[in-house]
Amino acid sequence: MNNLPLTFCGIFFTLAFAWIGIVLTNQIQYGDLEPTTEQFDPETGGPIEGDPLYPRKPVGLAEQGKKVYMDLGCMYCHTQQVRRKGYGSDYERAWGRRQSVARDYIYQDRVLLGTMRTGPDLMAVGERLPIPAWHYLHLYNPTITSQGSLMPPYAFLYEKREIKGSETSESALKLPPEFAVETGYEVIPGRRADALVAYLMSLKLDYDLPEAKRE
Amino acid sequence: MKWPALFFIISATLWLLAGTALGLISSYKMHDPNFLGNWEWLTFGRTRSAHLNAVMYGWCNNAIFAVGLWIMARLCRTEIRHLGLLIVAGVFWNIAVTIGIGGIFIGDMTSVEWLEMPTYITPLLAIAYALIGVWGIIAFRYRQSEHIYISQWYILGALFWFPWIYSVAQIMILFEPARGTVQSLTNWWFAHNVLGLWLTPMALAAAYYFIPKVIGRPIHSYYLSILGFWTLALFYNWAGVHHIVGGPVPAWVISSGIVASVMMVIPVIVTAINHHMTAIGHFRQVIESPTLRFVVFGAMSYTLVSFIGSTMSLRSVSEISHFTHLTVGHAHHGVYAFFTMIMFGSIYFILPRLLYREWPSKFLITCHFWFAALGITIMIVTLHVGGWIQGLEMNNPEIPFIEVMKGTVPWLKARTISGFFLAIAHIAFAINVFWIVFFRQGQEDVVGTPTLFSSKQAR
Repeated sequence: MNNLPLTFCGIFFTLAFAWIGIVLTNQIQYGDLEPTTEQFDPETGGPIEGDPLYPRKPVGLAEQGKKVYMDLGCMYCHTQQVRRKGYGSDYERAWGRRQSVARDYIYQDRVLLGTMRTGPDLMAVGERLPIPAWHYLHLYNPTITSQGSLMPPYAFLYEKREIKGSETSESALKLPPEFAVETGYEVIPGRRADALVAYLMSLKLDYDLPEAKRE
Repeated sequence: MKWPALFFIISATLWLLAGTALGLISSYKMHDPNFLGNWEWLTFGRTRSAHLNAVMYGWCNNAIFAVGLWIMARLCRTEIRHLGLLIVAGVFWNIAVTIGIGGIFIGDMTSVEWLEMPTYITPLLAIAYALIGVWGIIAFRYRQSEHIYISQWYILGALFWFPWIYSVAQIMILFEPARGTVQSLTNWWFAHNVLGLWLTPMALAAAYYFIPKVIGRPIHSYYLSILGFWTLALFYNWAGVHHIVGGPVPAWVISSGIVASVMMVIPVIVTAINHHMTAIGHFRQVIESPTLRFVVFGAMSYTLVSFIGSTMSLRSVSEISHFTHLTVGHAHHGVYAFFTMIMFGSIYFILPRLLYREWPSKFLITCHFWFAALGITIMIVTLHVGGWIQGLEMNNPEIPFIEVMKGTVPWLKARTISGFFLAIAHIAFAINVFWIVFFRQGQEDVVGTPTLFSSKQAR
């Protein structure tokens, strides 16, 4: 090992080998995946003209919600990936009606696959739990909707304020009695809570891709 | 090398204490989610990320800068010149990490695992690293010794590998993001290599240096150490993909990751044989020397954690262990039981030689060792068993998810207890470090031999 240039080459090429294999090759293989239609045109082998393209582009409020999801670190307990049927119980737990595939993620500036399931997978939470009011309560205090949950409360995304006039605001949380605030006050979701719920509602696997069909 | 090494060791110790506190808070929050729940900056997602970055970029890197550069200078028989610059770079590194962790608390977290610190501190970190890492290379360039020892190769390789993986990950994930799950591949190639090509070679370099040094006999086999080095360089690189087994990436790349993970058995066995054959017959010294106690504990953990890691990468095992607390336990097994223990041992050797005085308290060293060893063992066992049960239950759709979650609570509580053990160990360590550094006792400057529990030098 006293041959310096040779050893340096070794140090260089071992890492270069893995970098080319894992990062570059995959970038070349599928780094330019495009959205497509649910099925390929049997004649051209490409997308069918006129059909809607999937995955959908993320929009407005949901994109802001993703920032909230990221800065609170939600992905450290929630994955966003559905494994194939028969590998784990992702399918049986209704976390997605099909496996998630590489094309599902192409519009995401930051891919949040996650590696931990302290809580359930959220790849298709917008389909599985489609009622925003449920999410507003759950984020405010998870034990309202899920007794015994280990999820932290995100009450700081809400505002407690005095009820003006005789009627409560339309967006006020309908808290069960044991979680209610003092009379005369109400809990209103803040802008970031709205964005976060919009993001969660946008998480769906409700389309087919040529390489992955729902069951 | 005296002042920079002192600076890095003290910074590392402070980060270790901060990281421990954050880890304890996060651990407690896992079974009591309302604990400190009203403060946004202390929400679980942020404290656990702050914990990871404080121990990784604060403790681990500062310890590496001290121990790695010190061993390098020793083996090259050369002085590291322009110490002022090195300290300035060190100060900037620590400022960058502090700002980065502050950024996590105020909500600038990137949510990319192992790279949570916001992008605005990346340039500062990169420049500080370059100015620190280059000293190792300069020392090597102007070495006075003819022979090149295996530790030098590990350190040199690591000094070169780390900036590469770090800059690729920063660019392809944060600055010019690759499309879709190529990001995830890059992420795990990076995150696993931080362990494999940065922490592991540095810790192995220290083990290869201190075991023969303290015992006073040469390493068992030169050829085995070469084989270990090159197989590690070749296979560890590819292993990271096992973190996305079953995920939305091509199957071939996962398969290659699994193959590499299993092949990691070779460097691990080779290194284990080499260390074992060197230490064999000198068990008394291993017990007597604080340095060796920690280093040998670390080296043995390396063998065990690597075997478990290879097993976990298999598809059938990963189906159960993936997404559970077992992975968290495994990470602590590697970074703490292996890497951190070796760094503790190294610091016990280095500080007396920098200051020309002995460790003030033998009792604190004993305390440190037993609380750390017990604490980390409890943590590893509880998270492995608890995580395995969690995985089995999660794969059984008959059991509602909320019940799976409730089932983990006793194990998580045990983990918090182990965290308290580690906190006690670290406080003992910190007291001893500050004591030896800042308070001169009326002791003779008698250091030439390694610290021993039985020697009269240590009280």
